Amino acid sequence: MSELRSNRRISVSEDSKPVLPRHARLKFDETRQRWVILAPERVLAPDDIAVEILQLCDGERSVADIIDLLVAKYAAPRDDIGTDVMAMLQDLADKGFLTQAREKTS
Amino acid sequence: MSPTLTDASPVFTDPADSLAIMERTRSTAETFGIPLAVLAELTHRCPLQCPYCSNPVELDRGSTELTTDEWKKVLSELAEIGVLQIHFSGGEPTARKDIVELVQHATDVGLYSNLITSAVLLTRDKLSALADAGLCHVQISFQGNEPVVADRVGGYRNGHAKKLEVAKWTRELDLPLTVNAVMHRQNLHQLADIIQMAVDLDADRLEVANVQYYGWALKNRAALMPTIDQIDETSRIVEDAQLRLKGILDIDYVVPDYYALRPKKCMGGWGRQFFNISPSGKILPCHAAETITGMEFESVRSNHSIAWIWQNSEAFNRYRGTGWMPEPCQSCAFKEVDFGGCRCQAFALTGDAGNTDPACTLSPVHAEIFKLAETESTEGRDRFIYRNFKGGTLEPDADDVHGR
Repeated sequence: MSELRSNRRISVSEDSKPVLPRHARLKFDETRQRWVILAPERVLAPDDIAVEILQLCDGERSVADIIDLLVAKYAAPRDDIGTDVMAMLQDLADKGFLTQAREKTS
Repeated sequence: MSPTLTDASPVFTDPADSLAIMERTRSTAETFGIPLAVLAELTHRCPLQCPYCSNPVELDRGSTELTTDEWKKVLSELAEIGVLQIHFSGGEPTARKDIVELVQHATDVGLYSNLITSAVLLTRDKLSALADAGLCHVQISFQGNEPVVADRVGGYRNGHAKKLEVAKWTRELDLPLTVNAVMHRQNLHQLADIIQMAVDLDADRLEVANVQYYGWALKNRAALMPTIDQIDETSRIVEDAQLRLKGILDIDYVVPDYYALRPKKCMGGWGRQFFNISPSGKILPCHAAETITGMEFESVRSNHSIAWIWQNSEAFNRYRGTGWMPEPCQSCAFKEVDFGGCRCQAFALTGDAGNTDPACTLSPVHAEIFKLAETESTEGRDRFIYRNFKGGTLEPDADDVHGR
């Protein structure tokens, strides 16, 4: 049980390969014309950049890969982008709405 | 950059109401945006008989319930007008034979679905089928942390053991779990153990909900009302657990408003961000709204669309905003903070839903009602009136009752 828990509440690092769990759904809300994350008893409204990051979270890319992609696209200092990306992902993880691909053990 | 995640609208709790973010952009309802989440009470049938049931005392009979096709049409319409989440509730929603089919339909039309259940009718196969149909979240009610108290409160033998089993299956199926614990004088001594039970069950969230006194709970107020000492202890236990379990278990705490100074912002304000649909298809501003006699509520079986009813029906507009408010609300600095509190409670305690909620210290009847409740809490009248279709059944006398 404690193992389950530690898998769910992840500590985000550049090596993490984050992905939204099945109970946190990123969806475009046609009525309000904006992206939302649907979660238990919650609707989160990510801004455009958060959406861009989350769309890159496929459980295969690492956080480092995601930061590199954004650095290239926005031509911004890696430190700045890295700090922001990690903070947003950790915020989501702390709410229980981010998990990571499990390492293959066999 | 600086990506942000705004908590747009917690569905029941409301720590930071940022709903405006979602309402600002164009939506189907021009004045009051369509709610993000809707409560679908599929049935009032339930194997449990909790004395604080939130269903109205006049329960909808099975024969009046919407059919499978009617519910499917409703779900499609909700998705189309911009509702994002559907809470399947009751009564006991799994008492409907078509529950898997309805969850599947919700998934098909893009709704995020939540099952609010007593769990006692579920088998592992049924839960697994619900997960396969796309169910996103399970909320299980608990009446205590052990069977003696819990089964007595629910009026259902072996219910507690069954709930524990279903909670375990829920996590095995990788579904997120919320434990809902309704608290009152006769189980508050178990709160610390209930919190630990939620941790042991690997729940994500715990709702510690103090009983709200209308309908069945009002009938049972003398048996349920906590003492002031209990409330002080409860707040201390919850605050301690919230700190200690940060990142492990989210705890939402609904304060008992008889002991509050200002009323709760009930439903986020009447007709402002919530509606529910009753088993027979009535669209209600609150699940207790039918306790207000003399109000007419429109049905999905009428000629009107759901969006029309939300925006234009007399029932939704009667207590919307602040224009309807009497004094002392009208000139109150908090009128847009709490929107005058709870209409059902105002009706239950004063006979007029348009009065100030007596939970507010500024209500002229607050002192009198508070004193009555406080007296009731110390009189030791512990026998429940169980909820059922017969209008309630008084619990057998103390000599025959175990679990006290």
